[in-house]
Amino acid sequence: MAKLSENAAKMIAEICDRYKDEKTPLMMILSDIQNEYGYIPLEVQELVSAKTGISVAEIYGVVTFYSFFSLEPKGKYIIGCCLGTACYVKGAQQVIDKFSEILKIKPGQTTEDGLFTLDALRCIGACGIAPAVSISGQVHPKVSPDQVAGIIEEIRQKEGMSA
Amino acid sequence: MSLVNIKIEGVPYQVEAGLTILEAAKACGYEIPSLCTFNHGECNQGSCRVCLVEATGARGLVASCVYPVAEGMEIKISSPKAVEARRRSVELLLSNHNVNCQQCLKNGNCELLHVAQMTGAREGAYQGSHSETYLDELAPGLVRDTSKCILCGRCIARCQNAHGLGILGFENRGFKTFVSPAENRSFANSPCIQCGQCVSVCPTGALMEKSEIGKIDEAFRQGKHVVVQAAPAVRASLGEEFGYPIGTPVTGKMIAALRRLGFERVYDVNFGADLTIMEEGTELLHRLTEGGVLPMITSCSPGWVNYAEFNYGDLLPHLSSCKSPHQMQGAIIKSYWAQQMGYDPKDVFVVSVMPCVAKKGEKEREQEKVNGIPDVDAVITTRELGRMIRRGGIMFNRLPDEEWDQDIMGDYTGAGVIFGVTGGVMEAALRTVYFKLTGKEKESITFEEVRGHDAGIREAAIDINGTVVKVAIASGMKSASVLLDEIRAGKSEYQFIEIMGCPGGCINGGGQSYVRPCFLPNESDDILDTYKEKRAKALYTEDERQVIRQSHNNPQIIELYEKFLGEPNSHKAHELLHTSYAARERFA
Repeated sequence: MAKLSENAAKMIAEICDRYKDEKTPLMMILSDIQNEYGYIPLEVQELVSAKTGISVAEIYGVVTFYSFFSLEPKGKYIIGCCLGTACYVKGAQQVIDKFSEILKIKPGQTTEDGLFTLDALRCIGACGIAPAVSISGQVHPKVSPDQVAGIIEEIRQKEGMSA
Repeated sequence: MSLVNIKIEGVPYQVEAGLTILEAAKACGYEIPSLCTFNHGECNQGSCRVCLVEATGARGLVASCVYPVAEGMEIKISSPKAVEARRRSVELLLSNHNVNCQQCLKNGNCELLHVAQMTGAREGAYQGSHSETYLDELAPGLVRDTSKCILCGRCIARCQNAHGLGILGFENRGFKTFVSPAENRSFANSPCIQCGQCVSVCPTGALMEKSEIGKIDEAFRQGKHVVVQAAPAVRASLGEEFGYPIGTPVTGKMIAALRRLGFERVYDVNFGADLTIMEEGTELLHRLTEGGVLPMITSCSPGWVNYAEFNYGDLLPHLSSCKSPHQMQGAIIKSYWAQQMGYDPKDVFVVSVMPCVAKKGEKEREQEKVNGIPDVDAVITTRELGRMIRRGGIMFNRLPDEEWDQDIMGDYTGAGVIFGVTGGVMEAALRTVYFKLTGKEKESITFEEVRGHDAGIREAAIDINGTVVKVAIASGMKSASVLLDEIRAGKSEYQFIEIMGCPGGCINGGGQSYVRPCFLPNESDDILDTYKEKRAKALYTEDERQVIRQSHNNPQIIELYEKFLGEPNSHKAHELLHTSYAARERFA
């Protein structure tokens, strides 16, 4: 199994220590690790297990239960296509399929260049502007499949990675 | 203790407050079909929905295993609504279950099949998709087949409670949920210690030992000299496979059955246990007198050895270098015995009957082999022996009582018998150490202070002619870790520690007969609290009946050293009877 770098281990330990007085600290620890470290691979879980006394299998169970947590590094831009009821009836499935087709990844996966992760989300509370797509926190309203190529290209250009 | 008034099917009862409906009903003489709950709530997720009943004050049906009784509650178990709901719950479980009952080794002990029969579940009542399933057969001792898992969580709870390990957990969510070591790894690539406690609580065939009966068949087919040896704890449990009350020793019938299964020799591992005491006792005396690493810790339990290698790699020098009794005896069978018989060791096939699942892996360790030859070729559990006896059409309860084969290694002492219970190895060792230090036997023979039958730590200070030996005993890794952390912190005050993998020792090994109250109508309600004690008693009674009760007085052991090994811890003894350990990565 891959070994954690010293810096990473220090960071994870520091996050665990933040919640050492909590009765049930696991969700908070994992949330912070997801946000700050980007993902929660097994070697990180082992460290959390050693710090908290919670078994690795239990931590792994929590990580795989919630789609917010990721076992693999996520891309720089996280494209979240809402597939909640309102978005779905407004054609969100076609939108996410288009992202899949152009980026050549399935929902949940990350592009090889590490730029994009595609996620399928349940209702994000933006039903009025369905179908909604959230890209790293910024919500794009009423996205049609035709707009998808342009959205991707815009980001690629910004990153100097235009195709 | 406060009481509440309830009614079941209109009949008034007074029951203890705080009980669940399931427990209260049991006390009143009703067995509500239930599945996921186990052992006083050791596992109590209320997840299977098999135990649904009607209860006033509740909205809809309630899971009786988690719902507490309340004053004035009226409970209906056999109303059409409750009966149908329970039946449908079981049918739903079956709809996502690999129903190949005929081939399933759990058949006969399957609680799912039991509740299916109780509730009248119909075959194929619900058709639909099946969850993706996984089969893990890579580990030496355990097989995990998620196609038979009902997600009750008993295995998860047991691993956590017995060892604080938590190897298993629920993975993923909803219909995709399954139980596995982290990352859906094989047991073989996880820090699982192979104790088999999960197997002993699994209600279905999802967790099983890896059967080695086929290997034995093959050895017979090849015309090998097949020799069998049975561990002390097996005799205290094998009877349960054939309907004897728990704690009935069946030594004589077991020997008779083994002979009828065609084994060339039927030996007692107690001889190996006596040999272990000679080697381990001598090792302890050396360490005590020559400033060796202390405390010395026993190494008979392969589950414990696995745990140490995964979690306390820095403490491995504390482990006795002695092999476990059946490995020692296997080595002697393939050397001394084979020599006397004029056999090539390669033509000798040694089978061990063990209360243990971890022994299956132990026999395959490179460090156990002598010149590349394993000491033991096949390990079967108490349950597998039961299967072989049934398969052979042997009517166990009609067998006469027979004696062990007496040539070369037939003698054994009471000290060997008690190896099967927590504290037994310690007591056996102390009997011999006492003699070595004082030159005479301890008058009262026994060391009651180290005895017990449950998990938890016991300690004692034994005064031997002014030399005080401080000892501690632990079984189950949760208890063991307390003693180990003390050693790590440099605070341990003991000279000798006995550690057994399973809570209570081998009598409660992961390979022993299942203790399932639903299949034991004649045992008392508290059988899950008392079975260990009952099995332990069977062993202590056998010890008391032995004329010779100290390993160093076993005449054949004395002869073995005179004719073959020289003296304890000799060069030859080290070559055959000792082993080594190495730290292992937890998630390699």
